[in-house]
Order: sequence, then C-alpha cells, then structure tokens
Amino acid sequence: MSEKTYLTTDFTLRSWFLTTDHKRIAILYFASLIFFFFIGGAAAAAIRIELATPQADLVSSDVYNRLFTMHGIIMVWFFLIPSIPNTLGNFIVPLMIGARDLAFPRLNLMSWYIFMLGGCTTLFAIFAGGVDTGWTFYTPFSTLYSNSYVIVAAAGVFIAGFSSILTGLNFIVTIHRLRAPGLTWYRLPLFLWSLYATSVILVLATPVLAITLLLMATERFFGVGIFDPRIGGDPLLFQHLFWFYSHPAVYIMILPGMGVINELISCFSRKEVFGYKFVAWCSLAIAAVGFLVWGHHMFVSGQSLIASLVFSFMSFIVAVPSAIKVFNWTATLHKGSIHFDAPMLYALAFIGLFTIGGLTGLFLACLAFDVHATDTYFVVAHFHYIMVGGMVTAYFGGLHYWWPKITGRLYSEYWARTAAILIFFGFNLTFFPQFILGAEGMPRRYHVYPPVFQVWNVLSSGGAAILAVAYLMPLFYLGYSAFFGKRAPANPWNAPGLEWQTSSPPPEFNFETQPVVTREPYQYNERFDAEPQNA
Amino acid sequence: MTDWRPPLPLIGAWLGLLALLALTVTLAYVPLGAGNAVVALTIGTIKAGLVAAIFMELWHRRGLTLVFAGAGLFWLGILLWLGSMDFMTRT
Ligand code: HEM
Ligand SMILES: [Cu+2]
Repeated sequence: MSEKTYLTTDFTLRSWFLTTDHKRIAILYFASLIFFFFIGGAAAAAIRIELATPQADLVSSDVYNRLFTMHGIIMVWFFLIPSIPNTLGNFIVPLMIGARDLAFPRLNLMSWYIFMLGGCTTLFAIFAGGVDTGWTFYTPFSTLYSNSYVIVAAAGVFIAGFSSILTGLNFIVTIHRLRAPGLTWYRLPLFLWSLYATSVILVLATPVLAITLLLMATERFFGVGIFDPRIGGDPLLFQHLFWFYSHPAVYIMILPGMGVINELISCFSRKEVFGYKFVAWCSLAIAAVGFLVWGHHMFVSGQSLIASLVFSFMSFIVAVPSAIKVFNWTATLHKGSIHFDAPMLYALAFIGLFTIGGLTGLFLACLAFDVHATDTYFVVAHFHYIMVGGMVTAYFGGLHYWWPKITGRLYSEYWARTAAILIFFGFNLTFFPQFILGAEGMPRRYHVYPPVFQVWNVLSSGGAAILAVAYLMPLFYLGYSAFFGKRAPANPWNAPGLEWQTSSPPPEFNFETQPVVTREPYQYNERFDAEPQNA
Repeated sequence: MTDWRPPLPLIGAWLGLLALLALTVTLAYVPLGAGNAVVALTIGTIKAGLVAAIFMELWHRRGLTLVFAGAGLFWLGILLWLGSMDFMTRT
C-alpha cells in the first residue's frame, strides 16, 4: 500500500479537527454519535431497570422524569436526526455522485462544530440538574411549572438545529450541482433521492422548531403571553408549532434509513430495485405530505373536530408512499438471487419492523382508537418500531455495507450475522410487549405501575438487556477489524455504484480520474453478476 | 456569487427596517381596535419582504433559488392554513 488514503494523508490531531474532507468529517460524526448513543442508551437502561418491578426502587419520580426526557432529547436530536445523513451520508454522497467533496466543505466542518456546541449545551443542562418536560417541551409545564433546566436544554437543541439546516443545504446543493457527467436524476442511487428529500425537510422544518423553542423560552423567561391564555396566548399554539416540525422530523428519522435499504436489498438480491421511479418519487411525496399530518399528535388536546378529521385523513394518505416502498422492496426480492450477508439481515429486519411500526401508526391515526391508545405504551411501541427497529437497524445495515469502503477492512461475517440476529431478537422482545401493555392501558411516562403489568414489563426489560449486549457487539468486532481485519478490495460486494469504483479506503479527493456514468443504477445482471466476495 | 456591491442597499434596508419598527411600536399605542393587528401584520410582511429581497439577495436571483425561497413561503402558508383551520373551527 503505497497510495495515500484519506486516513493516511496526515496523522495529526489538527488534520482531523480542521479537516474539510467529507470523509474525515463523517468519522468525526461517527465518533460523536457513538458517544451520544451511549448517553441516551444509559438513560434507557436505567428506565428499563426501574420498570422491571411495579414499585419505585431505583429512582424517584422526579429522577424518572429526567431520565426519559434525557433519553428522548439525546436520541432524537443528537443521535437519530444526524445519524445516517451526517455519517454515512457525509461519507457516501460525494462518492456516489463522483464528486471530490460536498459543495461546501467548510460549512460541513462548521456544521459539526455547531452540532457539538449544541450537544455540549444540552449535556450541561442534563448534568447540572436535568430537564423533566419530556422531549416535547409541552407548555404550560415547560413555561410555568417546571423547575428544571428547560431553557439551557432547549438552547442546545436550538443550536443543533443550525447544524441540521447547514447539512441539508449542503446536500441539496451538492446533489444539484456536483453530479458526475452522465449522472442524470433518474440514474441517482435511491439513497440520494431519500437524502435529498430528507434535506428538504431539514431546511424547511427546522427553522420552525427554532422559533418554537425561542417562543417557549421567551414566555418562560420574560412572561410574554404566547401560549398562556391568562396573558393572551393560545395553549394549543405550542403543540401546533412543535408538531409542524416534529412530525416531518420523524421522516427525517426514517427516510435516510429507507434509502440505505434500497442499496442493500438490490445488492444482496443482485437485482435492480423494482419500480425505481416510484420509490424515488415516494421519498419526495413522503417529505411533502409529511407536513400535512401533524395534528394527529393532538387528537385529545382539544383541537377542533374538523381539524382532527382532516389530520386523520391526511395521515392515512401519508402512509401510501411508505407502503409503496415496502411493496417495491418485496418485489425486488422476488426471484432475486438472495444472499444472507450481514447487511442483508439488517435490511430484511428493517422491512418487517418498519411495516409493524407503520401499520400501528395507522391504528393511531384513527380518531376513536387513538383516544384509548394515546399516552400509553402502544404509542411508545409504535415509534420505537420505526425509529429503532427501522432507522437504527438501517444504520447498522448501512454501516456494515460501507464498512469496507470506510475503513478498507473486512469484518468478521460470523460475528456480524450473530449481532444482527441478536439485535432483531432483543428488539422484538423489548418492544412487542409494549404494544400489549399499551392496549391494556398502561400509560407512558410513569415510574410505577399496577402489578398486573409486571410480566410484560419484565419481558421488555429482559429484551432490553439482550439488545444492549447486541448493540455493543459491533463496537468490538468492527473496532477489531478496523485495525486487524483483512484488507478490503475496492469492490467487495461486486456492486455497480460509483462509490465502489475507487479504492478502499478512498484517496483524499475520492477518484483518481473523474468518473463518467453511462448506465442506469443497480445494473447487477450485466457486468456485475458475480457473487459478493466478503467471506 | 455576485460581485461585491457597495453596502448602500444594505444600509438603506436596515434603516428602513428600523423605521418600520418604530412605526410598529408607535401604532401599537394608537387604539385602532381590530385594525391594530392588521397594521402590525402588514408592517411585518413588508419587513420580511425587505429582508428576503435585500439581505437574502433574492432580488437578483432567479430559477432554482427562487423556487426554494418560494417553497419556504409556501410551507409557511401550510402552517398558517392548517393551523388556523383548528383555531377557526374550534367549539
Ligand atoms: C405510516 C405513517 C405514520 C403514521 C400514520 C403515524 C401516526 C402516529 C400517530 C397518530 C401518533 C400519535 C399517537 C398519540 O400520541 O396518541 C404517532 C406518534 C408518534 N410517531 Fe408515528 N406515525 C407514522 C410514522 C412514524 C414514523 C416514520 C416515525 C419515526 C421515524 C414516527 C414516530 C412517532 C413518534 C416519535 C411518536 C410519539 C411522539 C410523542 O408523543 O412523544 N411515526 N404516530
Ligand atoms: Cu406524527
């Protein structure tokens, strides 16, 4: 190995912390997100330990409130939202389109610093005494009653929002302007379509979150009447503004995962994605229609019946493009030459778990059902099936798929498959019982519960223990492979994407010569009908 | 990127914004009934227009940039439209 790769051009700390190389910035994000995932995970572990028994034994109600708030805030804004876009996206987007870097490399670095500033601000709030409002910061609790570090925590989220906006902007401009010659829109890998749709949401929705948090802080700090009816505010305004951001944000948290799944399914079925154009446009449809459904979080809030009906109807509409994708993935598998490599195991898990999460979302979108299920564990199970079963699974799948490209090393297929299976098993054991608990009426956000619920809670906590071990495993075998693994060839999966045409790991500016695209994506059958080689 | 321009339009726009701010505050103390809200919102819209045209330099832009800026406005419209649907029809 005499050629310099992006990892070996320079070894100084300075060369990492002042880098403008999208690949190195992706690594910075990887490291930061692992850190935040552990903090959020620690809170989850404490919650599940507490809930193993009906009484309060580990923490008081006050501490419990702080735990689930910390878990939610960290996992949503400091793990899931940046997860795939800022790590895999950052690394792969320029490679996939045959560019030297993102359109604004320095902005990319700045977005990482802003993210870290926001993260540290929120962490400070958490360790100085915590926040107890839940990740939703609902008023009037957050503005009038809570005695916790609401403003500091919200400030961290506010700051991190700018990082989201910059990333979205960077991706949009990159995909518009830096595509290799011949790479038309309909030749883009579907991962890029989904990241493009995600970026549009990031740019259009995040400012509303910033304004909402600012208004909340203004009312809390200065007593200006915005949400408090006694001083002229409207109590539901906060929820409207918050969910105008946060429902689209749940699509920020799933679209990139869907994008990764397209790449995995087609690679390990050795087939092109069925209905390419449908899948591509469904990403944009989800992004657009996702803005019209936020009121389904407010069915019991006292919003008008007409509004509830409209939002309920729109929620059914928004499920259509997601369902189209699921059917198209299934059709892609049909008559494929299926290989159960580790990334494929994650992809298959994704399809099943996402489908359960999405379908239960439709249950919740029914007005009459939601009155019973809202604020119960049914909702908790619903969104964990999508966010953890879906997005985190896709994240791991993508990480394994592109790992040889990122590190230039091969991991142990045996351990990778074991971890994938264990994650699937642990996940379902943790969250499926929560559907049952919710259907039986166990409310969310309490640290004690009637003893009749204990069996399902013990199962759930047991599953969480398995899940914790399973999530730790990649840290070891991937970590080991990064230093001692077998060298990866440029294209270990025999995949046609541009990212596989440069060496593994790529040189600093990605390609020795400017690649030119002459074919549609996912042409596995023509030149690339060989099998994947990672053994 | 456009060429560097003398900041005259920027200063002008900034003074304009300050003047409009003064107008907002003054008119807030003039009792106009429902007119107060109308006046405040109108002035607010003009301010936003100034910021978009001059500070965001949309005045000299065309094509895709305007499409994206228009999208921002359109999405704000969605927020106001579906949001006010609740407020208007509440019982
Ligand atoms: C098929 C499309 C979906 C539909 C129809 C849907 C529907 C719903 C409904 C009606 C609720 C409110 C339940 C309640 O509070 O009573 C809800 C909650 C939630 N959903 Fe979904 N959902 C969908 C997809 C998603 C996706 C893709 C995600 C995340 C990636 C997600 C994450 C969440 C979260 C986090 C909550 C709970 C928020 C909270 O109160 O803390 N949903 N969903
Ligand atoms: Cu929602």
